[in-house]
Amino acid sequence: MCIQVCPRNVLAIKEKKALIINRDACLECGACAKNCAFNAITGDFGVGCAAAMISGLLRFGDPDKGTCDCEGSSGSTGCC
Amino acid sequence: MPLTPADTDKEKSSCCCCGPKVRKTILSWNVLDYFGAILCRVSNRFRMRYRVDPGLYSLGSPTPEAQVFVTANYKLSFDHVRKGLGAIDAWILVLDTKGINVWCAAGKGTFGTEELVRRIGSEKVSVKVSHKTLIVPQLGAPGVAAHEVKKRTGFSVVYGPVRSKDLREFIANNNTVTPAMRTVTFTLTERMVLVPIEVLAIAKKSIIPLIATALIMGLQKQGILFHQMWVLTAPIILALCAAIVSGCILHPLLLPLMPVRSFALQGIILGLLVGVLLHLSGLISQSSIYAQAALYLLIASLSSYCAVNFTGSTPIANKSGVKKELKIAVPLYIAAAAITAILLIVYKISQERIL
Repeated sequence: MCIQVCPRNVLAIKEKKALIINRDACLECGACAKNCAFNAITGDFGVGCAAAMISGLLRFGDPDKGTCDCEGSSGSTGCC
Repeated sequence: MPLTPADTDKEKSSCCCCGPKVRKTILSWNVLDYFGAILCRVSNRFRMRYRVDPGLYSLGSPTPEAQVFVTANYKLSFDHVRKGLGAIDAWILVLDTKGINVWCAAGKGTFGTEELVRRIGSEKVSVKVSHKTLIVPQLGAPGVAAHEVKKRTGFSVVYGPVRSKDLREFIANNNTVTPAMRTVTFTLTERMVLVPIEVLAIAKKSIIPLIATALIMGLQKQGILFHQMWVLTAPIILALCAAIVSGCILHPLLLPLMPVRSFALQGIILGLLVGVLLHLSGLISQSSIYAQAALYLLIASLSSYCAVNFTGSTPIANKSGVKKELKIAVPLYIAAAAITAILLIVYKISQERIL
């Protein structure tokens, strides 16, 4: 399943094992980890959105706490 | 304020055994759908309110055997799914993603296992259909754990293609995705449709600093003089426009040709190139070294800021990479803004022959 959900072909199966074959292409979206029934994949996954990170850095000193311009008027922490 | 699709007729079929009402929607797009799709590309405000009600929709005349396609309640996503399905009778299960598209909502978790499980239950999907398969867009995978959904609802998740235009081929291939269908692309067209929103966002942010700069430049002993304001501010407006063109238009246009991976650096390179071209053409050449330095700094830093902001719109930037470059870029942007302001003030003072 991890191979199938990767939108950048980062992983491949070789000798019945999933291997990272294209690390630079990884979006760190976490689709592979989320869909691994064996919890074999871990990482710091998330959205690579600079607008949200700049907002987090300037307001809270933490890039992971920001929201981008797309934040909805209804209070949703949306994006793009 | 959720919008109901113009072509959606709420069918009152709610009862104790069948569950909540199923909304009917027609196959083809109408004028309002096309108009909405264009407005989404030029107005962030409109885009954030362009929603459909979450729930189960019938497309055409689906039987209990018809397939169920899951999508977000951003109306443009919903519209693309029904357009992609064409004349196929199907069910569309719309999750409440607060009006956000599938990819971003999956990243934020609103298009996720919890919402999908909840919506399968609240819409009584197992009563409406006779099978146990859901077609979930592949870009929803960061939020949905297929094995969890299976365990909690009995429904098997089959990941469909990245682009809804491939849905018919996917169905014709017996629900099988080809490698091309499951790979994200970022073609010239896909990049350029993002340009208007990027340009408008940065233009909006520039208005107040520009007005403040214009007022300072027009300041005289007699008050604020328009002629003086225009003479001194016109090159700054030109530099600002050049930075926006460089960072928001040329950068997406030339993205695959960029020699470096860092978006911030890409913006600086393009900004400096545009700056040099304008300088050589005489459009922003200044007799004052302070003004010239300020204009170059403005173009390079703002172009870089625009380029970095583009990361959130791309399917090629990752979290660790963006975080790494922002640790260097953000302090530089703050420093560049402060130095530009100081240089312009020194320039203004020198123009008044105070220095």
